[in-house]
Amino acid sequence: MKGWKELEIGAITEAGSADSYNTGSWRAFRPRWIEENCIQCLFCWIYCPDSAITVNDGKRGEFDYNHCKGCGICAMECPGKKGKKAIVMEEEGK
Amino acid sequence: MSTTPLRLKELSKKEDLLTGGHRLCSGCGAPIAIRQILLAAEMPIVAANATGCLEVSTTIYPYSAWKIPWIHTAFENAAATISGVEAMYKALKKKGKITERIKFIAFGGDGGTYDIGFQSLSGAMERGHDIVYICYDNGAYMNTGIQRSSATPLGANTTTSPAGSVIPGKMQPRKNLTKIMVAHGIPYVAQTTPAHWRDLMTKVRKALEVDGPAFINILASCNRGWRTPTDRAIQDSKLAVDTCFWPLYEYENGRLTINYKPKEKKPVVEFLKTQGRFKHLFSPENEHILERAQEIVDREWEALLREEAMWKAEEEKKEQ
Ligand code: SF4
Ligand code: SF4
Repeated sequence: MKGWKELEIGAITEAGSADSYNTGSWRAFRPRWIEENCIQCLFCWIYCPDSAITVNDGKRGEFDYNHCKGCGICAMECPGKKGKKAIVMEEEGK
Repeated sequence: MSTTPLRLKELSKKEDLLTGGHRLCSGCGAPIAIRQILLAAEMPIVAANATGCLEVSTTIYPYSAWKIPWIHTAFENAAATISGVEAMYKALKKKGKITERIKFIAFGGDGGTYDIGFQSLSGAMERGHDIVYICYDNGAYMNTGIQRSSATPLGANTTTSPAGSVIPGKMQPRKNLTKIMVAHGIPYVAQTTPAHWRDLMTKVRKALEVDGPAFINILASCNRGWRTPTDRAIQDSKLAVDTCFWPLYEYENGRLTINYKPKEKKPVVEFLKTQGRFKHLFSPENEHILERAQEIVDREWEALLREEAMWKAEEEKKEQ
């Protein structure tokens, strides 16, 4: 912790610094990506509240577990392939 | 400058301007909307943010989740703050000190927009600033623990409209702020949800293109206040639209377009029944409230349909 004399005045000057803050420990459930069921629709990416789905060159990559809070929205919205979801939620610590 | 097509594959190549690591609740609807807004924008954005969940949770000192210039303002003056910034920008542009095209957005929740920030919003719109005001409406003061606002729907259980033996939740219907903004006669007003991402992004682009004030009202689910599981934000937004509780529409220079008409309009109870804040309405003594809620939805939806039909008839007359 910084003492008050060391604090910067009035503003947070580093844009996007929250990126270095871990909210992954909030998770009670953990999303797991099943790549073979993924049709790369990117609904999970556009609907994630925590920017926790990585995308490289237009393709979905792994979850960013440092930020994912385990809400389950991605799993809910995932259409998957032939009725098989490409995201499942699993209890943490099991 | 070429515009990114509104396809997820193309959009995903853009930089996310709201990072993870913010402290909004798991499953919150607001950051979904904000990410989409910032992805839609094709020019630099400067934002002012009224006090509320979004403001508090995205900027817990010494962190900020924003990758754009962002100003925290009090509850009541996001619109006034952004007006001032826009006026300064115009002055600097005149003097040749800035050449770049920059646009200005004020964000507020329903408390900061419908209630506390309303006079500054109304003033900024009337003065004609070149700004976009975006309200994320989650239907109560969620940040301080779920107190009713003038956006809270009829019958909702909040800590200041507690459902019990005395009252059956909030006794008053929500006010139709989108229509109040239309009455300001500004060039662009729209209503949308983050579940309808293409609709939302199209509207943000239109609002940013307009030279003058624009207003967008975005329904943003709050699982704490709505009393829903954390994975419901998108599903419940879709139900809000499919029941016509929250129709998707826009006014361009006063001309109404309804952007989506459900093939089969679902009864409003479909939207209400998934949410714990309306649970008490499903006991027999509160049936009259459900009926009234349906009446309100029907009346507002039918008024929209009539108005759109009127515009179409008028335009056809002109063409003949
Ligand atoms: S569980 Fe929620 S936070 Fe985690 S990746 Fe899915 S949508 Fe994002
Ligand atoms: S929503 Fe499901 S199918 Fe679509 S990209 Fe994400 S994981 Fe793949």
